[in-house]
This record gives sequence, structure tokens and C-alpha cells, in this order.
Amino acid sequence: MRKTIKTPEVPMDRILTLPELKSNPFRKRICHVFSTSEHKDGSLTFEDFLDLLSAFSDSATLEIKSHYAFRIFDFDDDGTLDGGDLEKLVNCLTGETDDTRLTAEEMRQLISNILEESDIDKDGTVNLSEFQHVISRSPDFVSSFKIVL
Amino acid sequence: MARNVNFDLSHPLMEAGLESPVDEEVVHDSFHQLIAEQSRNDGLSDAFELQRLQRDLEEEERQDDVPYLSSPGHEFRGNRPGRRDVEWYDGERHVDPIIGERWSSATLKVLSSMPSRTIGRSRGAIISQYYNRTMQLRRRRQSRPSIRDFSHSARPSIRGYGMEVDGTDAEGTEVSKRERLVNNLQNLSASDRVRMLRAMPLSVAEKSELRRLALQKEKRTITGSKIPCCSRLKYYIIIAFRQSWYSWLSFMHSLQLWQVALKRVSGRFGTGVLSYFLFLKTLLFFNVFLFLVTGSFLVLPQAVHPPELAAKRPSFSGLELLTGAGYFSDTVMYYGYYSNYTLQSCRDNVSMPNGTSMGCASKQNSYNMPLAYFFTIGVSFFITSCQSRFGQSFRIDKSHSILAVKVFCSWDFKVIKRTSVKLMSENICTQLREVNHKDANNTACQKLWRLMIHGLAWVICIGSTIGCVLGIYYFSDYMHKSIYEGLQKKTTTLLDEARLLALPVLVSLINLLLPGLFNLAAWMEDYDSPSVCAYVAIARNLMLKVSVLGVLCNHWLLNVTADSKLTCWESFVGQELYRFLLMEFIFTLLDTLFGELLWRLFSERVLKRRRKPVFDIARNVLELIYGQTLACIKPSTTCGPFRELKTMFQAGKRWVEELEKDNPNLSLLARAHSYLVENPFFLFVGAGIFLIVIYFHYQVVDGQRKIINLLQEQIENEGEDKKFLITRLQSIHEQKRTPARRLTSQDSGC
Repeated sequence: MRKTIKTPEVPMDRILTLPELKSNPFRKRICHVFSTSEHKDGSLTFEDFLDLLSAFSDSATLEIKSHYAFRIFDFDDDGTLDGGDLEKLVNCLTGETDDTRLTAEEMRQLISNILEESDIDKDGTVNLSEFQHVISRSPDFVSSFKIVL
Repeated sequence: MARNVNFDLSHPLMEAGLESPVDEEVVHDSFHQLIAEQSRNDGLSDAFELQRLQRDLEEEERQDDVPYLSSPGHEFRGNRPGRRDVEWYDGERHVDPIIGERWSSATLKVLSSMPSRTIGRSRGAIISQYYNRTMQLRRRRQSRPSIRDFSHSARPSIRGYGMEVDGTDAEGTEVSKRERLVNNLQNLSASDRVRMLRAMPLSVAEKSELRRLALQKEKRTITGSKIPCCSRLKYYIIIAFRQSWYSWLSFMHSLQLWQVALKRVSGRFGTGVLSYFLFLKTLLFFNVFLFLVTGSFLVLPQAVHPPELAAKRPSFSGLELLTGAGYFSDTVMYYGYYSNYTLQSCRDNVSMPNGTSMGCASKQNSYNMPLAYFFTIGVSFFITSCQSRFGQSFRIDKSHSILAVKVFCSWDFKVIKRTSVKLMSENICTQLREVNHKDANNTACQKLWRLMIHGLAWVICIGSTIGCVLGIYYFSDYMHKSIYEGLQKKTTTLLDEARLLALPVLVSLINLLLPGLFNLAAWMEDYDSPSVCAYVAIARNLMLKVSVLGVLCNHWLLNVTADSKLTCWESFVGQELYRFLLMEFIFTLLDTLFGELLWRLFSERVLKRRRKPVFDIARNVLELIYGQTLACIKPSTTCGPFRELKTMFQAGKRWVEELEKDNPNLSLLARAHSYLVENPFFLFVGAGIFLIVIYFHYQVVDGQRKIINLLQEQIENEGEDKKFLITRLQSIHEQKRTPARRLTSQDSGC
């Protein structure tokens, strides 16, 4: 069988040197979400990069941004945000230094508060619809989920 | 379209969890084992299924000690010590303890292929979801024809929606979801199609492919039909408008006004501060637009036809640039200069100052000044009010999900600098901790102490505001008297002119120094959350600005207008506004250049601290709004374009009367105009209709709130159903497993 010509892929390390992504705690997840490479190494083709910019641009709708935000926050890629995903998310938000990390007790309470507020069908996870429901309450989400080159 | 749902649990497809409407072309990899297995398992045979089950059994028996998995692929929590996890969600609220149970991998497969979970990760599910949405949209857009036009064989639920004629939708045809989606897209109107395509969270390549297919089909159907010529013309005009609008937008974008600077600001300070600068940019463009409009419609005609000057104009001295009086008082800068009659451009260059126009043979090139003034200001106000956008984020359901919103939405992706990112992380950590510990266990003594500190700070702020306001009041009175004495003299000295500047300087000083005092008070209070601190700062600054503006307006309205010695108070107030704005500008410049610079030098050399400049957003926003306040116009008897009229509207009335005089055929229009504008009955009717519309909308919102509550209950019930079915599935699996286990143990035993 004739091998199809592959479009060139930029490895993830190169992508992460972009100033817009360098200090972002979600940079690796962003690369993994938009990557369509078979090796699953987070490398992006040009089309993938365009998709990334399109999703983070001014003209992307709330629907698209909330969808991609959900995929970025879904660390284990199972389609829902369960306790582990939420814990990793909070750790990314609060930073890597020791004094800003929450203690285990605080984390536990935080996660159960979040689930109480946003898990409508009470299955212990936040699925896409519930996530979009929470996002729709925030007027700032669209303007903060933006990356401009 | 109802599908035959197979509830037979022994069916191999059911066991493998393949009963799902998704196209399993998955984009991601983690959790890929189960998903890859699912996509590979087309057409299982029973033997293979049993083999797999056997393999699963052995795997489970090997991992007897591993803690349970509450959701698939969750090796992260597998590392924690055992018992604690079971109580993870227990006990505290009504969250169901069943969630913590130990699932078999077959159950996990079923869970993983549930539509609510696949929509979050697979492309096929997205296509499926959008197929449903486009179908709903099509149904909504089509008006339902009467039922007797359709044959009885048509299904009642889709009768009349035109679905029978839609060949590709017929049940039983082997058409993929994608083709059905393309078909739906083709049947939507162009704007709906564009909106749907834009909202789909698919890759750009996929979306352009869908668009191409949808348009391709449309081209085939359109070339056959004949479009009448007038609608084709309309079509071309609309296309032309849209193209020109897009090219104008791209031109504006390519200008890249301050784009680099704004990017640096957002990278360092975040979206909040960026919004201040975007507001500033919008105000700038708005002011440029206002300038162009008033310049072309008001200033130019008046400048070309200057009225006769009554008194001798004083000569130009440099102080006019600061005070705006003297040479500038009888110019186009101020309201009093504008004529109240219709400007004519006659050959002999004579224009009469009375209301009627005499002495001009031809009526060409006449320009009604009062009307022009009225309409220009009216249109400007109208456009100003259109700029404000309310209520896009107005929610009608209960909003107590503050914590979830904070966690999901508070990360600002625009921030680039490492130090700013660290700062943002610290802020988020503080906020999360604060919201988490809502009921902090403070002793009563500590609470009382904090209350006293807050009270003291507020007393200081309010007291200083009142003090400054009283100071401005008495000072303005004193200055007004002394200015008067200066104006009464035959010749005005430079000192008299300079005395006009005293009040603006005082107000600008107050506006500069008092916010600093408020900041000190806030530092003393030591707020926990930065948002509360920002709100309190905004409230205090707003209070200061509003009271200062109030006392100034009071001074102008009472003292200045009532003063009979001033011939044209509007021009005087205009000059005062000019002076205030200019002084404010000069003081801000001085503060930025010298104040910040000196403080930075001081803190670096003396205090030995590296302090980055902090942006005080509350103060700056209010200063912008303060500078932008427009004065209201009240007609005076002796100057301006509305002299000798009681209200501005009478300008319009007078114009209509003149029209009627000139052309008796227009008397109907004149009478209609007088009825509409003057007769109170129509005003009452208009107000009544408005109130009825508001009441109707309120009832609709109330109904929607009730529906939301009902739907929320329904979703909870569905969740209960789901849990029930999953546990039943699990228990049936357990039952099937135990005979098999007994079988293998018997085998190994023999």
C-alpha cells in the first residue's frame, strides 16, 4: 500500500516555547487536546495549530470554548470530570509552590463543594452538559479563554 | 426516530457495551484500551465474548487487593490507601454511596460508552449531537401544515414536518450520521447554517468539508429553479453589503491600533486591566465620531456665517488657553455663539437676526440652526445610550455555584509573564480558601475588633468627603463673588482672569489626594478577598466623585443661572467645564510623571524595595467617566440657538408651523405632529402599552424559572434511574460470574 505523505508535525517541546504557552499551567493538556498525531505525543500539525488558535480566538462561540475547556480539564480523557480530574485542575490553578497548594483536607472539602454545586444528576462526576451549565453563569469566561498571538 | 432498544442482557453486543450511537473514531488516546477494544469489536461471536469474560475474571482475581475504581482508567486514585476512598463521597450529604462500588470492567465499558460521556471526547458523538440539533432547528423553522393535507399512513409525531419527503431520513437506509447532518445543514437557511457550523466544536478541516458538502448539494438544487429577478437583485445587494462590511472590519483590524501595547498590558496585568484600556479606546473613537458630527453639522455652518458681534472682543492673551474665557468667549466653542435663526447664504451676504427670513430673494442653501443643534445632540445621546450593553449575563435561575464558577472560569489565558502567572495562582488560592471556609471560626472579640476597624475606616472616608464637599461649596461661593467684582470693572487684569482657575485647581487637587486617603484606609482594614476590596474602593471613589459633581452642578444651577448680571450663563458654564477638564488633565499628567517617578525613586533608594507599578483601576475608570459627563441644556432667554423658546421641542414645532404656512397641503402632517407630540392622551397610551409589554415579559421569565426547577428535578430523577440500571447490570454480572468462577475452580481442582 502506498504510504500517504504526512504533514510535518512540530514536537510538543517546540510548541511549548511559544511565549503565550510557556508559563501556562495547562500547556501540556492544550497540546494533547489539539494533537491528532498517531503517536499521541502532543505534537501539532499546521491544521492542529490552526484549530488551537481558532478555539482560543475572539470569534469562537461560547459553545466551542466550553467544549475545549472541558477537554483540557479532563486529565484522564474519559469524558467526565471526576474527583481526580478536579484535584489535578485545582493543583494546576494554585501553582506548584508549597505554600499555595491546598492541604488534603481543604482539597477534599473543595471537591465535594464543587460536586455539590455542579453535579446535577448526582453521579459523582461533572459531564459536559453540567460543565457548560456552570460556564454559562460566568460572564467573563469568553474573554478570559483567549490566546492572541 | 425510535430505535429498537435491546434490553436482553445476554446479547453479546449489549455485553460489550456497543449499543451506542457513536461513531468510534476517537481523537484521544488515554483510556484508549477500552475505547480501542470497543471500536475493534464489531460483530462479536459468543465464543469470543466468553473468552474475554474469562480473561477479565482472571485479571480481577489477580488484582484482589487493588482499591476499587470509581470511574474508568483511574489509576491515580488507585495509589491511595484503601478504606479511605470508600468514604470519599459518603455521609456528608445525600450523595449516593453506591458510587464508590467496585465495578467490573464490563460495567466500566458500558459506563464509558454512555452518550453523556462520549460527547465529551469523541468526534462521532459531536456529529450525532449536532445532527439532533439541526433536526430540532428544522422542525422549529418549518410551520406546521394542517393535518388533513397528509395521508393517514404518516406517523402522527412527524406528520406535517415534511420529513416523509426527505428520502435520506427514511428509516432503514444505511446512511451515516454525517451524511444526515449534511442533509440537515443543506435544508436550513443560510444564516442558520452558518451559525450551526460556527458553533460546532470540530476541527477546521472537518467543518470546511461539511460546508463544502452542504453547499455542493445546494448548488445542484438551485440551478434547477428559477429565481425571480427582483429577489436576485436583493440577493446581490445583500451580498455586496456584507462584503463591504467585512472588508471595512478587516481594514480596521489591519490598522492594528495599539495592538502590541494592549497585548503587553494583557500579558502583564490580565483581562480586567485590559478591559479598562479597551474602554478608553472605545471612548476615544466615540469622541472622535462626536467631534466629526458636531464639527460638520454645527461648527462649520456657523463658522462660515458668523453672527454680528455685540460687544468688542478682548484681545488674545495666552491665558485664554487655560481659562477658556476672554478671547474665546464669543466663539464657536460655546453655546451662546450659535444663532437662533435660519442661516441663509444670499448673494448679498445679509442675514437678519429675527425669526423671520427677510431680504433674500431665493431660498436656496438655508440651514435651520436650532433644529440642526437639536437633532445633532439628540442623535449623539441616542448613539451613546446604544453603546451600553446590559444583561447579557443576566441569569434567572438560582446562582449559588460560586465555587464551581471560580474553579472553572477564573484562569485568565491571556496572562503570559511568569510573575503575573504566579500572582494569579496565589490570588486564586486565596479566593478558593476564603470561599471554602465561609464560616471561619472567629472569636467574638476578633469580630468586634474587625467591625470597629471597618467602622473607623468608613468614618474617615465619609468624613473627608463631606469636609471636601463643604469646602468646595463655600469656596465656590466666595470665588463667584470675587469674580463678579472683577467682571464689573471696565478692564480685566490678568489676575482677575487667573482667579477663574482657582476652583478647578481645588477640585483637581481633591480628586488627586482623596483616593490616596481611601487607599490608606483600605490598607488599614486589610481585606481578605481582593474582589471585596475592589468593590469597596469603587464605592468610595464613586461617592466622592458624585458628591463633587453634585455640589458643582448645584453651584452652577443656583448661583450662576440666577445671577442676572450674566448675560449668557451657558457660555459661562461651558467655560467652567473647559477649565475643569483642562486642570484635571494637567494634574493627571503631573501626577503620572512626577508623582509615580518620585515615589519609585524614593522606594528604591530609601526603602530599598523594588516595587512594580500597580494599576489602580477603580480610580482611573471613575476619572474617565467623570471626564465624559455631558452637561444638560436648558434654554435661556438671551443667548444660544434656543433663545425665546420655552423648551427645545418648540424648535420643532415652530419649524412645522413654518412648513404649514408655506405649503398648505402639509397641514395634515402638521396636525398629526402636534397631536403626537403635545396631546397627553397619546403619551398615556404609549406608556400603557410599554407597561403591558414589561408585565408580559416578567410573567414569561417567571414561568421559565418554574420550568428550570422542574427540569432540574427531572435530571436528578434520571440520575437515580441511571444508578439503578448500572447497579442492576453489575449485580447481573456478578451472578453470571459466580457460576463461571465455580466452573474454573472446579477445573483447576481436578
